[in-house]
This record gives sequence, structure tokens and C-alpha cells, in this order.
Amino acid sequence: MSVIEAKGISLNRKGHRILNIFNLRIDEGEVVSLIGPNGAGKTSLLMILSCLFRNFSGKILFRGLEVEKDITAFEYRRKISMVFQEPLLFNTTVFENVASGLKFRRFNKRECRRIVYEHLERFGIIHLSTRLARTLSGGEAQRVSLARAFAIRPHIIFLDEPFSSLDKPTKDALMEDLERNIRDLKITAIFATHDRDEALRMSERIIVLNQGEIVQDGSPEEVMNHPCNEFVASFSGMETIISGTVVKNEGGIITISASGVYIDAVGDVAPTRKVILCIKPEDIVLYPVSHKLKSSARNTFTGTITRVVPSGFYQKIYLNCGIPLVAYITNSSAKALEISEGINIMASFKATSVHVIRQ
Amino acid sequence: MELIIEGIIKAIKLLFSLDREVMDITLLSLKVSGIATIISVFIGVSIGTLIALNEFPGKRIIVSLVNTAMGLPPVVVGLFVTIFLWRNGPFGFLGILYTPYAIIIAQSVIATPIVMGITIAAMQQLPKKLRLQILALGATRLQMVWLLIKEARLSLLAAVMAGFGGVISEIGASIMVGGNIKGYTRVLTTATVMETSKGNFDIAISLSIILLLLAYFINLILTHIQQKGHWR
Repeated sequence: MSVIEAKGISLNRKGHRILNIFNLRIDEGEVVSLIGPNGAGKTSLLMILSCLFRNFSGKILFRGLEVEKDITAFEYRRKISMVFQEPLLFNTTVFENVASGLKFRRFNKRECRRIVYEHLERFGIIHLSTRLARTLSGGEAQRVSLARAFAIRPHIIFLDEPFSSLDKPTKDALMEDLERNIRDLKITAIFATHDRDEALRMSERIIVLNQGEIVQDGSPEEVMNHPCNEFVASFSGMETIISGTVVKNEGGIITISASGVYIDAVGDVAPTRKVILCIKPEDIVLYPVSHKLKSSARNTFTGTITRVVPSGFYQKIYLNCGIPLVAYITNSSAKALEISEGINIMASFKATSVHVIRQ
Repeated sequence: MELIIEGIIKAIKLLFSLDREVMDITLLSLKVSGIATIISVFIGVSIGTLIALNEFPGKRIIVSLVNTAMGLPPVVVGLFVTIFLWRNGPFGFLGILYTPYAIIIAQSVIATPIVMGITIAAMQQLPKKLRLQILALGATRLQMVWLLIKEARLSLLAAVMAGFGGVISEIGASIMVGGNIKGYTRVLTTATVMETSKGNFDIAISLSIILLLLAYFINLILTHIQQKGHWR
């Protein structure tokens, strides 16, 4: 059963269309990531779904009931919860902050106290209960904000990039607690983020949003390995994206011509059709020109390294093989291969590593 | 110089003698300005909050008018309140001109824009998303407004101090609408002016000291509440 359904949502501002969502359905217990670049409309969509923005057209249905027709926006908001990018804590103690939603609902003192302590414990902040909110660190404050949102036991929780201002260790620890609580309490959640790794870790369904529209909606595996267009491909980490034309289709293998270079891929696309090829950098293997590598990879090219970008534990290598390729290589391999700009190198990848998008 | 020193000595003596007339004047000043401040806080905070939290055409014009009114000259207020309460004026039937009620009205008119202006600024300073966060936690509109007022309490206490400071020290309106009637509408400022014009500098100085002490103690209490809230 759907917890929330949005139909024909459109939001315009100053004559500019911010959102245009034909249909979006979130089912009971689902944890959905809403992913997209800054300005894609993630926050606006969450605001509309939580009925905090009212000047939009379209319908929001909560368990089949239309908001503002069958139930009021206020009644609906009492069933949901929202966590923003900033913790937005009130200038009082941690206990009072977590209790605020319960106090709005006029819970009796004893019950309120029990629920608050339960949630302080869930988020590992019971020792901070008497501390003033403004004395907390960023990570602690976001924990309080999450505990406050969970304490009211919402039917659905909206999380608007809650980790974006946290450092990595703090973020990792908090994500773990959030994941566990969502799972334990069986809460339906929509999690907006621009971080692919956060989305992959948190959710079982990913919705990719771009320029106010849903461009892909599927499982993490679908979105990451079978992007539906160039934008999703680049967002899912496919660094090599090339246009080409199919020249041959034989036994499930298609040959594509891109700038005069022939690439084999797995697929069934008729010759003369234009396609986009996407390859993940980790699927490209680099080795010295002198080295004769025996491999099952159908695509092997000689190219020149045009750029080397150090990225922590690995290096990002830009190659020109007649077509541009981007590959990752570990620092130790880069040292062994004496990688530097201007040298020639061999690159190979399997036909199964090439994702083909019909144009 | 001798005059000043002599005046101060006499003033201190007068202060410690707990002169009945001086005490009455002090209590009336406190009562009148206190009630005027309470009225202005009630009106100023509620209308200021309403203006700050809502978007409507002409909002900027209204805010600039409120800001201008924060510097309303007391004599101008005194003049208009007198006209309104004059025997033939629109509210002449009330018969409250030259009574403490008239002073309360005039002082409320002076303090309200001060409180309102600071309230608008204080409310607008709160993060916009805070309102959404409160609503998302299931608050009614009234609960949201109350919580926002609590969040802006430090600035709002400053508004109360500014409002009280504005009215306890004004003279123009009090003398015009109150008439400085002995034992009835004579307040610290009007009494100080009168005693100075009569050459009774000792009494004038003692009244001024009381006025300063009164303003100081009220602000000390409010500052204590404000800072306690801030540093707790």
C-alpha cells in the first residue's frame, strides 16, 4: 500500500518551472533516495510532499486520502516528520528539543519523558539531555534533530541532505544510527542527497531528479549499472561517455563507431542507430605498451595520457585513444607503470563493461 | 559649582528622608510607564510578529513607517493625544485628559512603534526554515508563533527595555496630556522640569537621581533575565 502518492505536481516560480512530477508513489516501509545535483528540485519536492510549500498544483495523497480535501494539511503534517540540512534546534535543552513535537501533541509528562529518553538513547545522546542546544557540535546537533523527528513516530520521514555539513567520520557514524533506527522502527523514509554513495548506502530505491523532473526511478543496481540517459550515467559515476553509431550487430555483440574508433559492446541495437556508450573508470585496465596482455577483453586501444589527477588512494587518468577514456589506477600501480602525462599506454575493457544507451 | 554640590547634598538628604511627595511621584511614574510598556509590548509584539511572519503587498512601506515611528517626537504625540482627548475631540466624551490615563495612552503611542520595530527585526532575523521545522513537527499556527517568540526572546527583552527607556524619560507628552497636576498627574520628568524652573535645584537633582536609579534598576532586572536566558 502506498503511504504517499504525488500526482501531477508542478511548481513554478517567477515564470520558471521548478518541478514537474507526473506521478510518484512511495510504499509502506520503503527507504527511497532522491538524488540529483544542486538545484535539481530535491528540497522543493520534499517541501511539497511534506505540505510545507502550498503554492503548487497537483495532488498529494496520504494512504489514499487527498491532503487538503479528505484531510487538512495540519492533520497530514502530524503524521510526517522532516529533518533539514541544518539541525534548526530551539534555543533550549536537548531534552526540550526532542520533546517539542510531543508537547505540540499534548502528550502527558510521563509518556513524553519516556519517549524522549528512548530516542535520546537510540541516537546515542542520552548524556547530552541537559545540555543547551547551542553548545553542541554539528554532529551532536544533527543527532538531536533526528531524535526529535523520530520521537513523534511519523508514518513517513523526509530527510533533506541531513549530513551535508558534517565531516566524514561524523557522517558515517550518524548514517549507521539512522539506518538502524529506520530499520528498527520500520519507518518509511525519503532521503534527499546529492551524494551517490550516501544514496547507495541508505536506500533500496533511487529516484534521480534533474531540472525538476524524475529522470530515472529504480533499484540502486538499475540506476548505477543501467542509467537511462547521459545525465544519470554521469551521476552514477560513469566517467567515459561517448556518442557513436552502431555499425554491426552480430550474435549479441554490437560494434559501434565513435570518432573512427570501433568499440564492441553487449546489446541488441540495429546498425545505423545512434547510441551513447558509458564506461565506469574502474572497468578500464591500463598496462604498458610493451606488455603483451592475454585477456578476454574485446576492446584494446593504445593511447596517450593527457592528464593525471591524484584522488587520494588512487589516480584518475585521462587518455586519448582516438576517443577520450577515463580510468582509475592505484598509486602503487601508477608508480610501477611510471604513469605521467604524455606517455603512451594500453587500455582495455570488456564488451560487458560498456553500457549502451539508445539515442 | 557650589550650587551643584549643595544641590546634590540636599538631594541625598531628601532621598533618604523618604519624602511622601517624592515617593508618590516616583510610584506614579513607575505605574504609568510600566502600564504603558506592558500595553506597548502586547500590541507591538503581536502586530510586529504578524508583520514579520507574513508576506503581503506594501510590507516594506509598513515596516519603514514603523521604523520611522520609532523616533516619534513625544511633543507631537502629546499634541495629537491632547486633540483626540480634548473636550470637543473624538474621544473627549471619555473625560480623561489631564489624568494618568491620558499619560498612559500617550506613552503607549510612543513605546509601541519602538517595541514593534525591534520585534519585526528580531523575528526576521530567525532562520526562515525554523518556521517550517516547527510546522513539520506538527505545531499549530499558534504554537509556532509562540515558539518563535520564545526563540526571539533575547531581542524582545531588548525591545521591552527600549520601550520602557523611551517612556520613563519622556516629558513632552506627559506634560501636555497630564498637565503636571500635583498629587495626580505629576511624574518624575514633569516634576524635575517644574522644580528646575522654580530654581529648586536640590529637589530637581534628587528627582533626576531617582529617575536614573529607577531606569537603571528596571533595566538591571530585564538585563538579568536576558543574560540568564543567554548564558544558561
